[in-house]
Amino acid sequence: MTDLLIVQKFARSLLVALLVCPSLLVCGAFALADPAADARRRAQRAVPVTVTAEIAYLGRAYEDPLPLSLVDKVLTDNGVQGARSGINYNETTGNLLGHAYKLTEAVVPLADSLAEKAKALLASGTKLLVADLEPADLIAVADLPEARDAIILSIRSSSDDLRGHDCRANVFHIPPSFAMRADALAQYLLWKKWRRWFVITGKATEDQQYLAALKRAAGRFGAKIVEERDYTFEAGYRRTDDGHQQIQTQMPLLTQGAMDHDIVIAVDTAETFGDYLLWRTEVPRPVAGTHGLMPVAWHRSFEQYAAMQMQNRFQRSTGRTMTERDYAAWIAVRAIGEAVTRTGRADAASVRAYLLSSAFEVAGFKGIGLTFRAWDHQLRQPILLSGPRTLVSISPQPGFLHERNLTDTLGVDAPETTCRMPK
Amino acid sequence: MKMKVMPTMRLRSTSILAAMALTLALAHGAGAATIFVSNEKDNTVTILDSTKLEVIKVLKTSKRPRGIIITPDFKEVLVCAGDDNVVDVIDTDKLEIVRKLESGPDPELLDVDPANERVYIANEDDAMVTVLERASGKLIAEIPIGVEPEGMAVSPDNKVTVATSEASSMAHVIENSTLKVLANVLVDTRPRHAEFEPGGERVWVTAEIGATVSVIDRNSYKVVKKIGFEIPSIRRELIQPLGLRFSKDGKLAFVALGPANRVAVVDAATFEVKQYILVGQRPWHVEVDPDGSKLYVANGLTNDMTVIDIATLKPLKSVKVGRLPWGIAIKP
Repeated sequence: MTDLLIVQKFARSLLVALLVCPSLLVCGAFALADPAADARRRAQRAVPVTVTAEIAYLGRAYEDPLPLSLVDKVLTDNGVQGARSGINYNETTGNLLGHAYKLTEAVVPLADSLAEKAKALLASGTKLLVADLEPADLIAVADLPEARDAIILSIRSSSDDLRGHDCRANVFHIPPSFAMRADALAQYLLWKKWRRWFVITGKATEDQQYLAALKRAAGRFGAKIVEERDYTFEAGYRRTDDGHQQIQTQMPLLTQGAMDHDIVIAVDTAETFGDYLLWRTEVPRPVAGTHGLMPVAWHRSFEQYAAMQMQNRFQRSTGRTMTERDYAAWIAVRAIGEAVTRTGRADAASVRAYLLSSAFEVAGFKGIGLTFRAWDHQLRQPILLSGPRTLVSISPQPGFLHERNLTDTLGVDAPETTCRMPK
Repeated sequence: MKMKVMPTMRLRSTSILAAMALTLALAHGAGAATIFVSNEKDNTVTILDSTKLEVIKVLKTSKRPRGIIITPDFKEVLVCAGDDNVVDVIDTDKLEIVRKLESGPDPELLDVDPANERVYIANEDDAMVTVLERASGKLIAEIPIGVEPEGMAVSPDNKVTVATSEASSMAHVIENSTLKVLANVLVDTRPRHAEFEPGGERVWVTAEIGATVSVIDRNSYKVVKKIGFEIPSIRRELIQPLGLRFSKDGKLAFVALGPANRVAVVDAATFEVKQYILVGQRPWHVEVDPDGSKLYVANGLTNDMTVIDIATLKPLKSVKVGRLPWGIAIKP
């Protein structure tokens, strides 16, 4: 770098520093802040606030399973960081339109009453909820009389039951369902002509739902599950001295003698064995499912459609990579932002009407606008097929056709839904 | 072919010279222009001769070259290199990078004012527009706008600059004399490119996900028309308007439609879509030959550039360039 460039760089940072920090005290506090937020602060309020959207992030302090790989950090802010980032995006736009966004974060300890917290939020007028809740808790909140006219954007569960017979009129689902994931994977495997699947399933409740979705996908697209096994070993803690030695003998045992198969599909939402299958199966086969080649809404390796900008911004403001749950929370907050931006209103009835209207679409770095399916309030979205380190493909795959919307080849379509949405 | 220099043509300091060059070129038939194509995946700019459509040189650039534009005096081509946070400056005689401008983080698209004094750069990663003095590269201002700035267009009279922000779905009108934002105009989802009509009365903004072009009145800052696109047998979600240029006479607008693999030809007076021209895969940005006779289209996924005859609106030829060609600039 030439001296001139260094001088320019210094001048630039000085200029930015002067703009952002009228006093040094204020400056320190924003050291790690999101640049979008910085821009907002720099600009201050361009237009006086006429509308304020009150959004709550409602979660519970669940004991989430630890990732098997030590490469993945154990997170205490999974999801909520996505919501914060979404608020920054909304605020940058809202600043220019006179719209403000307020985020109340409520992560309720397991010992405390979730219902009480939810009631308090709803009573205070916060009707736009980003729900980081397990299915039973989600339904409990959705069924509160106070939540009748609320909008609950679920960001945690992929359960097909929640989108089927357990659906609720006030609940919208951001993450892809298990059926969508399974279909996304199946389309790619069919394109590869890897039709013979060997599925190994863990003990978690969600694993059974994922397995059901895979069976459905195999039937829909013409694959065959040639062998189905359960993972029966006791999982144990992820770190042990010499742990790899036991795993090295366990995995061939688990996979030996299976019918001829093209691929092994791991169904392990609870992080007990999925990663261990890679390189350790009895016959050399690739692994897909919850591990290996994964159908996901977001992955840290994804960079297309301006996703890189999102990844960079997220990394800068949080010091870590964006997870699938962060992404779901980001989309949830941005969907509300779209409704407020386009309608100029932030009450739940207006937001709801807009989310379900044909005018609604939210951009989520997937190359197409994302919308909600009317029949089960599931967010329509292309699904990434990601390996552990790079993107492999994006489904729907070419050639899988649908009369209205190609992304509706993924998951439960209108004629098959078991959701009976009360009007 | 009829060709006249419109009085409303971009008021560049060298417009008379350019017009003279144009007349000369026309007198000798098609002039040999030099075409510069930025190749995002290769970190190169492919330089071609417009008559033979042969590659003269492949120039190594800084990382991730995307937005590319020629200065009004045609002496320099500026290339945004997003992953190196610089703008490479190519000398159009030497065909070499002679200097680099410090553009701020992640420059994506840019425009140079008609006076050839300032460069306006969209910093995609940073929610701002960077304004530099073209000659020295000195920072003049950083203007905060919406999230993910992308499109950038200086008005022909050099009074305002319109920047789009993809994630805010807005066109921001910046007053050049004060460098203040005068207006924020809401358009459809993910606005990618802004382009003033040659006469300067209106600015057209493409929306990639919204699948429309918003035509914004220059004085009222209101969207006066939204142009939609419908192609039989092509799904709505594959129609993604990206790059846009006007024909030299201002009568036609050419809109690259991304994954629809077509360029739409729009009548600029009636806003009717006249035709869809099949090109390579995922056309991104387009550029009109300085003599007005041809349209060049950068096809991102097929690594080539389609040449279209503007008089007949027929594709003539496809020329191989680098990988993921992004944008095009042309020296007469």
